[in-house]
Amino acid sequence: MANALRDVAIVGVAESDLGRVPDKSKFQLSAEASRAALDEAGLTVKDVDGLLTTIITEGGQFSTMLMAEYMGITPRFTDSTSIGGSSFVAYVEHAAMAIATGLCEVALICHGSTNISDRGGKGGPVSAVTDVFGPTQFEEPYGVSTVGSYALAAQRHMHEYGTTSEQLAEIAVATRHWASMNPKARMRDRITIDDVLDSRLIASPLHLLDCCLVTDAGGAVVLTSLERARDLKSKPVRVLGTGEAHTHRMISQMPDLTQTAAAISGKLAFERAGLTHSDIDVAEIYDSFTITVLLTLESLGFCGKGEGGAFVENQRTAPGGDFPMNTQGGALSYTHPGMFGIFTVIEGVRQVRGDSGPRQVPDAKIALCNGTGGVLSSTGTIILGRD
Amino acid sequence: MALPPLPRPYQDTAEYWAAARDHHFVIQQCNSCGNYQFYPRGVCSHCLSSDLKWQEASGKGTVYSFSVNHRAPHPGFADDLPFVLAIVELEEGPRMMTNIVGCDPESVTIGMAVTVCFADVTDEVTLPKFQPASETTP
Repeated sequence: MANALRDVAIVGVAESDLGRVPDKSKFQLSAEASRAALDEAGLTVKDVDGLLTTIITEGGQFSTMLMAEYMGITPRFTDSTSIGGSSFVAYVEHAAMAIATGLCEVALICHGSTNISDRGGKGGPVSAVTDVFGPTQFEEPYGVSTVGSYALAAQRHMHEYGTTSEQLAEIAVATRHWASMNPKARMRDRITIDDVLDSRLIASPLHLLDCCLVTDAGGAVVLTSLERARDLKSKPVRVLGTGEAHTHRMISQMPDLTQTAAAISGKLAFERAGLTHSDIDVAEIYDSFTITVLLTLESLGFCGKGEGGAFVENQRTAPGGDFPMNTQGGALSYTHPGMFGIFTVIEGVRQVRGDSGPRQVPDAKIALCNGTGGVLSSTGTIILGRD
Repeated sequence: MALPPLPRPYQDTAEYWAAARDHHFVIQQCNSCGNYQFYPRGVCSHCLSSDLKWQEASGKGTVYSFSVNHRAPHPGFADDLPFVLAIVELEEGPRMMTNIVGCDPESVTIGMAVTVCFADVTDEVTLPKFQPASETTP
Protein backbone atom coordinates (compact mmCIF):
# COMPACT_ATOMS: atom_id res chain seq x y z
CA MET A 1 0.00 0.00 0.00
CA ALA A 2 1.43 3.39 -0.95
CA ASN A 3 1.73 5.65 2.04
CA ALA A 4 1.13 9.26 1.07
CA LEU A 5 1.85 10.33 4.63
CA ARG A 6 5.55 9.63 4.00
CA ASP A 7 5.75 12.90 2.09
CA VAL A 8 5.05 14.88 5.25
CA ALA A 9 7.71 16.12 7.66
CA ILE A 10 7.97 17.45 11.17
CA VAL A 11 9.79 20.77 10.96
CA GLY A 12 9.58 22.17 14.48
CA VAL A 13 9.34 20.87 18.03
CA ALA A 14 9.54 22.67 21.36
CA GLU A 15 8.70 22.55 25.03
CA SER A 16 7.48 25.46 27.12
CA ASP A 17 8.76 26.13 30.62
CA LEU A 18 8.47 22.84 32.49
CA GLY A 19 8.08 21.72 36.07
CA ARG A 20 6.27 24.09 38.38
CA VAL A 21 5.19 27.21 36.50
CA PRO A 22 2.54 28.83 38.71
CA ASP A 23 2.73 32.24 37.02
CA LYS A 24 1.71 31.01 33.57
CA SER A 25 -1.64 29.66 32.40
CA LYS A 26 -1.91 26.40 30.50
CA PHE A 27 -2.98 28.44 27.48
CA GLN A 28 0.20 30.51 27.64
CA LEU A 29 2.38 27.39 28.00
CA SER A 30 0.74 25.91 24.92
CA ALA A 31 1.16 29.14 22.94
CA GLU A 32 4.77 29.70 23.99
CA ALA A 33 5.71 26.16 22.98
CA SER A 34 3.94 26.80 19.66
CA ARG A 35 5.93 30.00 19.08
CA ALA A 36 9.20 28.20 19.79
CA ALA A 37 8.35 25.25 17.53
CA LEU A 38 7.43 27.61 14.67
CA ASP A 39 10.64 29.58 15.26
CA GLU A 40 12.70 26.42 14.78
CA ALA A 41 11.30 26.06 11.27
CA GLY A 42 11.43 29.77 10.44
CA LEU A 43 7.64 29.87 10.27
CA THR A 44 5.24 32.23 12.02
CA VAL A 45 1.79 31.73 13.46
CA LYS A 46 0.40 33.34 10.29
CA ASP A 47 1.61 30.31 8.31
CA VAL A 48 -0.51 27.93 10.39
CA ASP A 49 -3.69 26.73 8.71
CA GLY A 50 -4.22 23.48 10.61
CA LEU A 51 -4.60 23.20 14.39
CA LEU A 52 -4.77 20.08 16.56
CA THR A 53 -5.12 20.19 20.32
CA THR A 54 -7.23 19.09 23.24
CA ILE A 55 -7.53 20.38 26.77
CA ILE A 56 -9.36 18.08 29.17
CA THR A 57 -9.15 20.27 32.25
CA GLU A 58 -11.13 23.31 33.42
CA GLY A 59 -11.69 26.02 30.84
CA GLY A 60 -10.61 23.90 27.89
CA GLN A 61 -13.89 23.12 26.17
CA PHE A 62 -13.95 23.54 22.39
CA SER A 63 -10.19 23.22 22.56
CA THR A 64 -9.15 24.07 19.01
CA MET A 65 -11.51 27.06 18.78
CA LEU A 66 -10.20 28.26 22.11
CA MET A 67 -6.51 27.93 21.24
CA ALA A 68 -6.95 29.24 17.68
CA GLU A 69 -8.62 32.34 19.06
CA TYR A 70 -5.95 32.67 21.77
CA MET A 71 -3.14 32.64 19.19
CA GLY A 72 -4.93 34.44 16.34
CA ILE A 73 -5.22 31.48 13.98
CA THR A 74 -8.07 30.80 11.53
CA PRO A 75 -7.56 27.14 10.71
CA ARG A 76 -9.11 25.37 7.75
CA PHE A 77 -8.23 22.01 9.28
CA THR A 78 -9.17 21.53 12.93
CA ASP A 79 -9.03 18.47 15.17
CA SER A 80 -9.86 18.12 18.87
CA THR A 81 -9.73 14.34 19.00
CA SER A 82 -9.68 13.51 22.69
CA ILE A 83 -8.32 10.06 23.46
CA GLY A 84 -6.11 11.03 26.38
CA GLY A 85 -2.34 11.39 26.36
CA SER A 86 -2.02 9.53 23.07
CA SER A 87 -4.06 12.23 21.29
CA PHE A 88 -0.94 14.19 20.45
CA VAL A 89 0.73 11.20 18.79
CA ALA A 90 -2.46 10.39 16.88
CA TYR A 91 -2.49 14.06 15.78
CA VAL A 92 0.72 13.41 13.85
CA GLU A 93 -1.22 10.91 11.77
CA HIS A 94 -4.17 13.28 11.37
CA ALA A 95 -1.97 16.26 10.49
CA ALA A 96 0.03 14.20 8.00
CA MET A 97 -3.21 13.02 6.43
CA ALA A 98 -4.48 16.59 6.13
CA ILE A 99 -1.22 17.84 4.62
CA ALA A 100 -0.85 14.89 2.25
CA THR A 101 -4.35 15.48 0.89
CA GLY A 102 -3.99 19.25 0.65
CA LEU A 103 -6.50 20.07 3.39
CA CYS A 104 -3.90 22.30 5.01
CA GLU A 105 -0.24 23.23 4.52
CA VAL A 106 1.17 23.92 7.96
CA ALA A 107 -0.27 22.02 10.92
CA LEU A 108 0.39 22.93 14.54
CA ILE A 109 -0.07 20.38 17.33
CA CYS A 110 0.06 22.03 20.75
CA HIS A 111 -0.50 21.16 24.36
CA GLY A 112 -0.40 23.03 27.67
CA SER A 113 -1.27 21.96 31.18
CA THR A 114 -0.76 23.32 34.68
CA ASN A 115 -1.37 19.99 36.34
CA ILE A 116 0.78 20.56 39.41
CA SER A 117 -0.05 24.24 39.95
CA ASP A 118 -3.76 23.40 39.70
CA ARG A 119 -3.25 21.15 42.73
CA GLY A 120 -1.60 23.86 44.78
CA GLY A 121 1.83 22.41 44.08
CA LYS A 122 1.08 19.00 45.56
CA GLY A 123 0.64 15.70 43.82
CA GLY A 124 -2.08 13.25 44.64
CA PRO A 125 -5.77 13.07 43.98
CA VAL A 126 -8.01 16.05 43.42
CA SER A 127 -11.39 14.42 42.89
CA ALA A 128 -14.20 15.97 44.87
CA VAL A 129 -17.01 14.55 42.78
CA THR A 130 -20.13 13.76 44.78
CA ASP A 131 -22.29 12.06 42.20
CA VAL A 132 -21.36 10.37 38.97
CA PHE A 133 -23.33 10.45 35.73
CA GLY A 134 -22.60 8.07 32.86
CA PRO A 135 -20.90 4.69 32.66
CA THR A 136 -18.09 5.67 35.03
CA GLN A 137 -20.70 5.41 37.80
CA PHE A 138 -19.86 1.69 37.66
CA GLU A 139 -16.24 2.38 38.63
CA GLU A 140 -15.84 5.60 40.60
CA PRO A 141 -17.95 4.57 43.62
CA TYR A 142 -15.48 1.72 44.15
CA GLY A 143 -12.48 4.03 44.42
CA VAL A 144 -11.01 3.55 40.96
CA SER A 145 -8.13 5.86 40.09
CA THR A 146 -5.57 6.10 37.33
CA VAL A 147 -2.89 4.39 39.38
CA GLY A 148 -5.40 1.82 40.62
CA SER A 149 -6.37 1.00 37.05
CA TYR A 150 -2.78 0.47 35.92
CA ALA A 151 -2.13 -1.54 39.10
CA LEU A 152 -4.87 -3.98 38.06
CA ALA A 153 -3.04 -4.55 34.78
CA ALA A 154 0.30 -4.99 36.55
CA GLN A 155 -1.15 -7.52 38.98
CA ARG A 156 -2.69 -9.52 36.16
CA HIS A 157 0.55 -9.50 34.18
CA MET A 158 2.44 -10.77 37.22
CA HIS A 159 -0.16 -13.50 37.70
CA GLU A 160 -0.08 -14.67 34.08
CA TYR A 161 3.63 -14.37 33.36
CA GLY A 162 5.50 -14.20 36.66
CA THR A 163 6.62 -10.64 36.05
CA THR A 164 8.25 -9.13 39.15
CA SER A 165 8.39 -5.73 40.85
CA GLU A 166 12.17 -5.82 40.29
CA GLN A 167 11.61 -6.05 36.54
CA LEU A 168 9.20 -3.10 36.60
CA ALA A 169 11.74 -1.17 38.68
CA GLU A 170 14.37 -1.71 35.96
CA ILE A 171 12.33 0.66 33.79
CA ALA A 172 12.17 3.39 36.44
CA VAL A 173 15.91 3.13 37.12
CA ALA A 174 16.89 3.23 33.43
CA THR A 175 14.59 6.16 32.77
CA ARG A 176 16.05 8.13 35.68
CA HIS A 177 19.53 7.47 34.28
CA TRP A 178 18.48 9.17 31.04
CA ALA A 179 16.91 12.02 33.02
CA SER A 180 20.22 12.59 34.82
CA MET A 181 21.58 13.64 31.41
CA ASN A 182 18.74 16.07 30.63
CA PRO A 183 18.95 19.50 32.33
CA LYS A 184 15.21 20.00 31.71
CA ALA A 185 14.25 16.85 33.63
CA ARG A 186 12.51 17.42 36.95
CA MET A 187 14.02 14.40 38.76
CA ARG A 188 17.72 13.94 37.98
CA ASP A 189 19.23 12.06 40.94
CA ARG A 190 20.06 8.49 40.01
CA ILE A 191 18.04 5.74 41.74
CA THR A 192 18.43 1.99 42.29
CA ILE A 193 16.04 -0.92 42.04
CA ASP A 194 15.92 -1.01 45.84
CA ASP A 195 14.92 2.67 45.89
CA VAL A 196 11.90 1.79 43.75
CA LEU A 197 10.98 -1.26 45.82
CA ASP A 198 11.44 0.69 49.06
CA SER A 199 9.26 3.60 47.93
CA ARG A 200 5.79 3.39 49.42
CA LEU A 201 3.11 1.23 47.88
CA ILE A 202 0.45 3.39 46.26
CA ALA A 203 -1.72 0.66 44.76
CA SER A 204 -0.22 -2.82 44.86
CA PRO A 205 1.91 -3.83 43.07
CA LEU A 206 2.85 -0.27 42.04
CA HIS A 207 5.17 1.80 44.23
CA LEU A 208 5.56 5.57 44.19
CA LEU A 209 8.59 5.32 41.89
CA ASP A 210 6.62 3.18 39.44
CA CYS A 211 4.43 6.25 38.85
CA CYS A 212 4.91 9.28 36.62
CA LEU A 213 5.45 12.80 37.90
CA VAL A 214 2.81 15.51 38.08
CA THR A 215 4.08 18.74 36.51
CA ASP A 216 3.13 21.80 34.49
CA ALA A 217 4.27 21.72 30.87
CA GLY A 218 3.54 22.70 27.31
CA GLY A 219 4.76 21.29 24.03
CA ALA A 220 4.30 21.82 20.31
CA VAL A 221 5.02 20.09 17.01
CA VAL A 222 4.81 21.67 13.53
CA LEU A 223 4.35 19.69 10.32
CA THR A 224 4.30 20.55 6.64
CA SER A 225 4.89 18.86 3.30
CA LEU A 226 8.34 17.35 2.78
CA GLU A 227 8.70 19.56 -0.28
CA ARG A 228 8.16 22.74 1.70
CA ALA A 229 10.12 21.36 4.66
CA ARG A 230 13.28 21.14 2.58
CA ASP A 231 13.19 24.95 2.12
CA LEU A 232 12.83 25.66 5.83
CA LYS A 233 15.67 26.26 8.28
CA SER A 234 15.25 23.09 10.40
CA LYS A 235 16.24 19.54 9.45
CA PRO A 236 13.06 17.78 8.28
CA VAL A 237 12.06 14.57 10.02
CA ARG A 238 9.83 12.34 7.93
CA VAL A 239 6.67 10.65 9.14
CA LEU A 240 7.38 7.13 7.88
CA GLY A 241 4.46 5.28 9.40
CA THR A 242 1.54 5.87 11.75
CA GLY A 243 -1.24 3.99 13.52
CA GLU A 244 -3.93 4.61 16.12
CA ALA A 245 -6.50 2.49 17.95
CA HIS A 246 -8.52 2.25 21.14
CA THR A 247 -10.07 -0.73 22.86
CA HIS A 248 -12.11 0.58 25.83
CA ARG A 249 -12.78 3.58 28.03
CA MET A 250 -12.87 2.04 31.52
CA ILE A 251 -10.30 -0.42 32.82
CA SER A 252 -12.96 -2.95 33.85
CA GLN A 253 -13.96 -3.19 30.18
CA MET A 254 -10.42 -3.73 28.83
CA PRO A 255 -10.60 -6.91 26.74
CA ASP A 256 -7.22 -8.22 28.00
CA LEU A 257 -5.46 -6.44 30.86
CA THR A 258 -2.07 -7.52 29.49
CA GLN A 259 -2.32 -6.20 25.94
CA THR A 260 -2.83 -2.62 24.79
CA ALA A 261 -4.13 -1.15 21.54
CA ALA A 262 -0.47 -0.76 20.53
CA ALA A 263 -0.85 -4.30 19.16
CA ILE A 264 -3.05 -2.64 16.52
CA SER A 265 -1.49 0.82 16.12
CA GLY A 266 2.06 -0.51 16.18
CA LYS A 267 1.37 -3.13 13.55
CA LEU A 268 -0.16 -0.45 11.32
CA ALA A 269 2.78 1.90 11.81
CA PHE A 270 5.36 -0.79 10.97
CA GLU A 271 3.38 -1.94 7.93
CA ARG A 272 2.90 1.57 6.61
CA ALA A 273 6.57 2.40 7.18
CA GLY A 274 7.69 -0.83 5.56
CA LEU A 275 10.04 -1.36 8.51
CA THR A 276 10.63 -4.00 11.16
CA HIS A 277 11.59 -3.86 14.82
CA SER A 278 15.29 -4.17 14.17
CA ASP A 279 15.16 -0.93 12.14
CA ILE A 280 14.26 1.13 15.23
CA ASP A 281 17.26 2.97 16.70
CA VAL A 282 15.45 4.65 19.60
CA ALA A 283 12.02 4.22 21.22
CA GLU A 284 9.99 6.85 23.04
CA ILE A 285 7.27 4.95 24.91
CA TYR A 286 4.74 6.81 27.05
CA ASP A 287 5.61 5.78 30.61
CA SER A 288 2.69 6.88 32.74
CA PHE A 289 3.66 3.92 34.93
CA THR A 290 6.39 1.30 34.60
CA ILE A 291 3.75 -1.28 33.66
CA THR A 292 2.62 0.93 30.75
CA VAL A 293 6.04 0.54 29.16
CA LEU A 294 6.23 -3.19 29.72
CA LEU A 295 2.80 -3.83 28.19
CA THR A 296 3.56 -1.49 25.30
CA LEU A 297 6.87 -3.17 24.42
CA GLU A 298 5.06 -6.50 24.25
CA SER A 299 2.07 -5.12 22.37
CA LEU A 300 4.32 -3.42 19.83
CA GLY A 301 6.05 -6.75 19.30
CA PHE A 302 9.54 -5.84 20.49
CA CYS A 303 9.28 -9.04 22.53
CA GLY A 304 6.74 -11.81 22.92
CA LYS A 305 3.72 -11.60 25.21
CA GLY A 306 4.84 -12.18 28.77
CA GLU A 307 8.49 -11.55 27.92
CA GLY A 308 8.53 -7.84 28.76
CA GLY A 309 10.00 -8.38 32.22
CA ALA A 310 13.00 -10.28 30.91
CA PHE A 311 13.33 -7.82 28.00
CA VAL A 312 13.99 -4.81 30.27
CA GLU A 313 16.34 -6.61 32.69
CA ASN A 314 19.97 -5.61 33.20
CA GLN A 315 19.25 -1.96 32.36
CA ARG A 316 18.75 -2.79 28.73
CA THR A 317 16.82 0.46 28.09
CA ALA A 318 19.32 2.70 29.91
CA PRO A 319 22.15 4.79 28.40
CA GLY A 320 24.61 2.31 26.95
CA GLY A 321 22.01 -0.47 26.75
CA ASP A 322 21.10 -2.03 23.44
CA PHE A 323 17.51 -0.72 23.48
CA PRO A 324 17.68 3.04 24.16
CA MET A 325 14.26 4.15 25.37
CA ASN A 326 12.70 7.27 26.87
CA THR A 327 15.89 9.18 26.35
CA GLN A 328 14.71 12.51 27.77
CA GLY A 329 13.79 10.89 31.09
CA GLY A 330 10.17 10.10 30.31
CA ALA A 331 7.04 10.86 32.27
CA LEU A 332 8.66 9.03 35.17
CA SER A 333 11.48 11.55 35.62
CA TYR A 334 11.37 14.42 33.07
CA THR A 335 7.87 15.86 32.97
CA HIS A 336 4.25 14.75 33.01
CA PRO A 337 1.47 17.33 32.74
CA GLY A 338 -1.37 14.78 32.75
CA MET A 339 -1.02 13.99 29.06
CA PHE A 340 2.52 13.18 27.88
CA GLY A 341 2.15 12.06 24.27
CA ILE A 342 3.54 15.20 22.63
CA PHE A 343 6.80 14.86 24.54
CA THR A 344 7.46 11.42 23.03
CA VAL A 345 7.22 13.07 19.60
CA ILE A 346 9.45 16.01 20.56
CA GLU A 347 12.24 13.71 21.80
CA GLY A 348 11.86 11.29 18.89
CA VAL A 349 12.36 14.18 16.47
CA ARG A 350 15.39 15.50 18.36
CA GLN A 351 17.02 12.08 18.43
CA VAL A 352 16.53 11.56 14.70
CA ARG A 353 17.94 15.02 13.98
CA GLY A 354 20.91 14.32 16.24
CA ASP A 355 19.94 17.24 18.49
CA SER A 356 19.70 15.47 21.86
CA GLY A 357 23.07 16.58 23.22
CA PRO A 358 24.71 14.41 25.90
CA ARG A 359 21.87 11.90 25.73
CA GLN A 360 22.01 11.56 21.95
CA VAL A 361 21.80 7.94 20.80
CA PRO A 362 24.73 7.62 18.37
CA ASP A 363 23.62 7.75 14.75
CA ALA A 364 19.91 7.38 15.53
CA LYS A 365 18.13 7.52 12.17
CA ILE A 366 14.75 5.99 12.98
CA ALA A 367 12.62 6.56 16.08
CA LEU A 368 9.40 4.98 17.23
CA CYS A 369 7.08 7.03 19.44
CA ASN A 370 4.08 5.49 21.19
CA GLY A 371 1.46 7.35 23.19
CA THR A 372 -1.00 5.64 25.53
CA GLY A 373 -4.16 7.41 26.68
CA GLY A 374 -6.93 6.95 29.20
CA VAL A 375 -6.44 3.79 31.26
CA LEU A 376 -4.40 1.74 28.76
CA SER A 377 -7.33 2.64 26.49
CA SER A 378 -5.90 4.25 23.37
CA THR A 379 -2.63 4.32 21.52
CA GLY A 380 -0.97 6.27 18.78
CA THR A 381 2.23 4.95 17.22
CA ILE A 382 4.48 6.83 14.80
CA ILE A 383 7.78 5.96 13.18
CA LEU A 384 10.01 8.90 12.29
CA GLY A 385 13.05 8.98 10.06
CA ARG A 386 15.79 11.26 8.80
CA ASP A 387 15.14 12.83 5.41
CA MET B 1 -17.29 11.51 57.26
CA ALA B 2 -17.12 12.17 53.54
CA LEU B 3 -19.10 9.91 51.24
CA PRO B 4 -17.50 8.32 48.18
CA PRO B 5 -18.72 9.50 44.77
CA LEU B 6 -22.14 7.95 44.29
CA PRO B 7 -23.97 6.91 41.13
CA ARG B 8 -26.63 9.24 39.76
CA PRO B 9 -29.03 6.80 38.05
CA TYR B 10 -30.06 7.60 34.48
CA GLN B 11 -32.13 6.03 31.73
CA ASP B 12 -29.77 3.08 31.18
CA THR B 13 -29.07 2.36 34.81
CA ALA B 14 -32.05 3.30 37.00
CA GLU B 15 -33.37 -0.28 37.12
CA TYR B 16 -29.98 -1.66 38.14
CA TRP B 17 -29.58 0.74 41.05
CA ALA B 18 -33.20 0.27 42.15
CA ALA B 19 -32.64 -3.51 42.26
CA ALA B 20 -29.37 -3.07 44.16
CA ARG B 21 -31.17 -0.97 46.76
CA ASP B 22 -33.44 -3.99 47.32
CA HIS B 23 -30.36 -6.24 47.53
CA HIS B 24 -30.83 -7.85 44.14
CA PHE B 25 -27.94 -8.08 41.71
CA VAL B 26 -29.19 -7.91 38.13
CA ILE B 27 -27.51 -7.85 34.74
CA GLN B 28 -28.82 -7.44 31.21
CA GLN B 29 -29.23 -10.15 28.61
CA CYS B 30 -29.97 -9.44 24.95
CA ASN B 31 -33.14 -11.06 23.63
CA SER B 32 -31.76 -10.95 20.09
CA CYS B 33 -28.33 -12.52 20.46
CA GLY B 34 -28.27 -13.87 24.02
CA ASN B 35 -25.28 -11.74 25.04
CA TYR B 36 -24.92 -10.88 28.74
CA GLN B 37 -23.51 -7.43 29.38
CA PHE B 38 -22.20 -5.34 32.18
CA TYR B 39 -22.45 -2.36 32.69
CA PRO B 40 -26.10 -1.62 31.78
CA ARG B 41 -26.68 0.08 28.45
CA GLY B 42 -29.66 1.08 26.32
CA VAL B 43 -28.51 -1.31 23.61
CA CYS B 44 -26.66 -4.61 23.36
CA SER B 45 -22.90 -4.00 23.05
CA HIS B 46 -22.64 -7.12 20.87
CA CYS B 47 -25.42 -6.64 18.27
CA LEU B 48 -26.81 -3.16 19.03
CA SER B 49 -30.34 -4.45 19.64
CA SER B 50 -32.52 -2.47 22.05
CA ASP B 51 -34.38 -5.65 23.04
CA LEU B 52 -32.81 -6.32 26.43
CA LYS B 53 -34.07 -8.00 29.58
CA TRP B 54 -32.95 -7.77 33.18
CA GLN B 55 -31.88 -11.02 34.81
CA GLU B 56 -31.08 -11.81 38.39
CA ALA B 57 -27.41 -12.81 38.21
CA SER B 58 -26.02 -15.76 40.14
CA GLY B 59 -23.87 -13.37 42.14
CA LYS B 60 -20.94 -15.74 41.75
CA GLY B 61 -17.66 -14.85 40.14
CA THR B 62 -13.89 -14.97 40.33
CA VAL B 63 -11.30 -12.27 40.87
CA TYR B 64 -9.80 -11.34 37.45
CA SER B 65 -7.43 -8.82 38.99
CA PHE B 66 -7.11 -6.72 42.13
CA SER B 67 -5.03 -4.01 43.75
CA VAL B 68 -4.69 -3.15 47.42
CA ASN B 69 -5.01 0.64 47.41
CA HIS B 70 -3.08 2.56 50.05
CA ARG B 71 -4.01 6.03 48.89
CA ALA B 72 -7.54 7.44 48.77
CA PRO B 73 -8.46 8.75 45.31
CA HIS B 74 -11.21 10.82 46.92
CA PRO B 75 -11.83 11.95 50.53
CA GLY B 76 -14.70 9.45 50.71
CA PHE B 77 -12.25 6.53 50.83
CA ALA B 78 -9.91 7.89 53.50
CA ASP B 79 -11.47 5.82 56.27
CA ASP B 80 -11.38 2.61 54.22
CA LEU B 81 -7.62 2.38 53.63
CA PRO B 82 -6.28 0.03 52.57
CA PHE B 83 -9.13 -1.11 50.34
CA VAL B 84 -9.22 -3.75 47.62
CA LEU B 85 -10.10 -2.52 44.15
CA ALA B 86 -10.95 -5.49 41.97
CA ILE B 87 -12.30 -6.60 38.62
CA VAL B 88 -14.57 -9.61 39.07
CA GLU B 89 -15.47 -11.91 36.20
CA LEU B 90 -19.10 -12.88 36.70
CA GLU B 91 -20.27 -16.46 36.21
CA GLU B 92 -22.37 -15.16 33.29
CA GLY B 93 -19.23 -13.83 31.55
CA PRO B 94 -19.02 -10.04 31.84
CA ARG B 95 -16.50 -8.32 34.11
CA MET B 96 -17.18 -5.50 36.54
CA MET B 97 -15.32 -3.17 38.85
CA THR B 98 -15.96 -3.75 42.54
CA ASN B 99 -14.38 -4.02 45.97
CA ILE B 100 -13.50 -7.24 47.74
CA VAL B 101 -14.66 -6.93 51.35
CA GLY B 102 -15.09 -9.11 54.39
CA CYS B 103 -11.52 -10.42 54.42
CA ASP B 104 -7.93 -9.37 55.00
CA PRO B 105 -6.87 -7.37 51.90
CA GLU B 106 -3.63 -9.33 51.81
CA SER B 107 -5.57 -12.61 51.45
CA VAL B 108 -7.12 -11.69 48.10
CA THR B 109 -5.76 -13.60 45.09
CA ILE B 110 -6.47 -13.72 41.37
CA GLY B 111 -8.83 -16.57 40.58
CA MET B 112 -10.38 -16.49 44.06
CA ALA B 113 -14.09 -17.42 44.10
CA VAL B 114 -16.30 -14.59 45.33
CA THR B 115 -19.99 -13.92 45.86
CA VAL B 116 -21.96 -10.70 45.79
CA CYS B 117 -22.88 -8.81 48.94
CA PHE B 118 -24.52 -5.44 49.39
CA ALA B 119 -23.08 -2.28 50.93
CA ASP B 120 -25.79 0.21 51.89
CA VAL B 121 -23.89 3.47 51.52
CA THR B 122 -26.88 5.78 52.02
CA ASP B 123 -30.64 5.27 52.30
CA GLU B 124 -30.82 5.66 48.53
CA VAL B 125 -27.66 3.97 47.26
CA THR B 126 -26.50 0.39 47.68
CA LEU B 127 -23.31 -0.82 46.00
CA PRO B 128 -22.94 -4.48 45.04
CA LYS B 129 -19.57 -5.65 46.34
CA PHE B 130 -17.97 -9.09 46.60
CA GLN B 131 -16.60 -11.26 49.40
CA PRO B 132 -14.77 -14.57 49.44
CA ALA B 133 -17.20 -17.37 48.53
CA SER B 134 -16.08 -19.45 51.52
CA GLU B 135 -17.42 -16.75 53.85
CA THR B 136 -20.98 -17.40 52.76
CA THR B 137 -20.99 -20.95 51.39
CA PRO B 138 -19.17 -23.11 53.95
